[in-house]
Amino acid sequence: MSKAQIMNGNELVSEAAIAAGCRFYAGYPITPSSEIPEHLSKRMPEVGGVFVQFEDEIASCMAAVGASYAGYKSMTASSGPGISLKQEAIGLACMMELPLVVVNVMRGGPSTGLPTRVSQADLMQARWGTHGDHMIIAVAPETLLETYTETIRAFNMAEKYRTPVYILTDAVLAHLNGRVELPDPSTLEIIDRTQPSVPPEEYNPYDVERFGEVPPLPNKENFHDYRFHMTGLNKDKTGFPTVNKEAVEADEERMITKITGNIKDIESFEYYKMDDAQLVIFAYGTNAAAARVAVDEAREAGIKAGMFRPITVWPFPEKQVAEIGKNFDKMIVSEINLGQMLYEVERATKGNIEISTVLQAAGVPIRPQQILDKMKEVL
Amino acid sequence: MAFHYELRFAGIGGQGNMLAGAIIAEAAIFFENKYATQVPTYTSQVRGGPTKADIIISDEPIYFAESTHINFFLALDQRTYNLYKGDTLDGAIVLVDSGLVEVPDEDRAKWDVYEYPIIRTAKYEVGNVITANILSVGMTGELTQIMSLDNIFKAVEKRVPPAFLELNEKAFKMGVDIAKKLKAEKGK
Repeated sequence: MSKAQIMNGNELVSEAAIAAGCRFYAGYPITPSSEIPEHLSKRMPEVGGVFVQFEDEIASCMAAVGASYAGYKSMTASSGPGISLKQEAIGLACMMELPLVVVNVMRGGPSTGLPTRVSQADLMQARWGTHGDHMIIAVAPETLLETYTETIRAFNMAEKYRTPVYILTDAVLAHLNGRVELPDPSTLEIIDRTQPSVPPEEYNPYDVERFGEVPPLPNKENFHDYRFHMTGLNKDKTGFPTVNKEAVEADEERMITKITGNIKDIESFEYYKMDDAQLVIFAYGTNAAAARVAVDEAREAGIKAGMFRPITVWPFPEKQVAEIGKNFDKMIVSEINLGQMLYEVERATKGNIEISTVLQAAGVPIRPQQILDKMKEVL
Repeated sequence: MAFHYELRFAGIGGQGNMLAGAIIAEAAIFFENKYATQVPTYTSQVRGGPTKADIIISDEPIYFAESTHINFFLALDQRTYNLYKGDTLDGAIVLVDSGLVEVPDEDRAKWDVYEYPIIRTAKYEVGNVITANILSVGMTGELTQIMSLDNIFKAVEKRVPPAFLELNEKAFKMGVDIAKKLKAEKGK
C-alpha cells in the first residue's frame, strides 16, 4: 500500500514523466504550466536527466525533438500561447516520426486570453494545430491519479508508435492539490522504443519493408553507433528526401495508419452508469468530474443519466460514439469551450441522436448544477 | 451521511490565503486520513489581485473540487468578500477581518458571522503581519470544529520554516483563543 501524498496535476505530470523514463525536458515557463518546469528543474538533475529552460517555446520544442532524435525520452510543456509556437516542431516530430510528449495545460484564449483560468479550448489545436495531413494522439485525464497514469501511457504510446502525444490538462487540474496514492513504480508498464538488431550499416530509420510499420529507433545508448538522416521533407526509407509519388503516398498513409490501425491499443474511454441511461453526457478531462457529479445527483433525483468519457480524445472514439448515437435517444455534450468535440460527436452520430449542449468559455469550471439543469430541461 | 465539508478562503494576493487553505487540506489528509482538495484561484498579478482557495474535506473521493456549497467562508478583503460569497450556504460560518470587510445586514441574517481585526492582530500582537494566515487557520479550526486542533497544528508545523515556527505557534494559539472568546460572546 503506497502512502497518501498531496500533489497537484503539474507535479504529477512531472513525476510520471520521470517514472516513464523521460530524461530530457526543455521548455519556457507559462502559467498555468509553470510548476512543471519548476518541479523538473529540481528532479531532472537528481535522476541524471537534462533540464533546459530555453529562450522561447520554439527553441525548447525543437530541442525536445532533437533530444528524441538522439534517443532520449523527451517532453515539453506549455499552455495555449506557447503550444501555438511549438506547432512547427510538433509537425517536424510527426514527419520525422520521433516520440515526443507535449503537455498543454489549457487556459483561456485565443492569444494570451486568461492566463490563470481554466478552459478546454485547445482540443482542435491539438488535432490540427500543425499543418499537413497527420494523425495525433491526445489524452485528457480527469483526476489527479489519472494525470499520473495517463502521462505514463502517453510516453508509452509515443515510444511505441514513434509519434508526438499530447497530454491535455487545464488550469484547474494543474493547480488542484489533493490526495493521491501513487502506484508502486515496479508495477508500471514502461515501453521503450524498439532497438535495431541489424548492424549500423544495414539500418534505415524508415525501412518499413524490413522492420514493419514502426521501424526501430536507436535509444540514447545506441544513438552514437547508428548514423542516420532525418528531415522535415517527405522521405524514403533512408530518411533522405523524395518526391516519388508512390513513396510519398505510402509514407503519408502509413504515418496515419500506424495510429488508426492500432486504435484498439490506443483508445481509452469510460462508460459511466450507461446501462439503463435515458440520457448520455459526453464529457472529458476535468469537466468530466462535473458531469460525473451531475450524473450521480441526477440518479438520486430519479433521472437515469450516464456519461461517456473519452480518455484518449484523439483519435476520436468514432465507433463508440456512433454506437451511442444508435442506441440512445438524447445526449448532452459538455465542454469548457464554445463547442469543439461537439463537431466530432455530430459527425460520428450522423443525426441519429438528439444533441444538446452545456458549453462555457468564461474562465471558470462548468458546475454539476448546470449540467443537471440541462438534463431536466431536455427530458 | 458521510462527512463532507466545504470551505473558501478569500482575500487579495499576498495575504497567505492559498497556504492557509493548503494547510487545512493537508491536516485532513495526513493527520485525519480523509480525502481533501485545495484549489487556488488567482489572477495574473503577483500581489493585490482577488484570490480564493476552495477546500473540500470528505470521507469519500472528491471529483468536482470547486466549493459550491460552502460551510465556512473566510474573507480578508471587501472586494473578494463581495465577489466570492455567493456559494455560501444559509447558516454557514462566516469569518471576516473587521478592519477590512463590512458585512451587510442581509448577510448577517443568513450566516453565523464572526468579525475580528485579524491582520492588525497579526501585525501588532503576534508581531508579524505574515502570520495573519496562521492566525486565520487557528480561528478556522476552533470555529468549525471539523478536525482536532492538534492535527491542524501538525500541518502548520509541516509547512512553516523552522525559524518561524515559534512565531506561527503564537499566531495559531492566539487565533484559537480569539475564536473561543468570540464564540463565548455569542453564548456558544
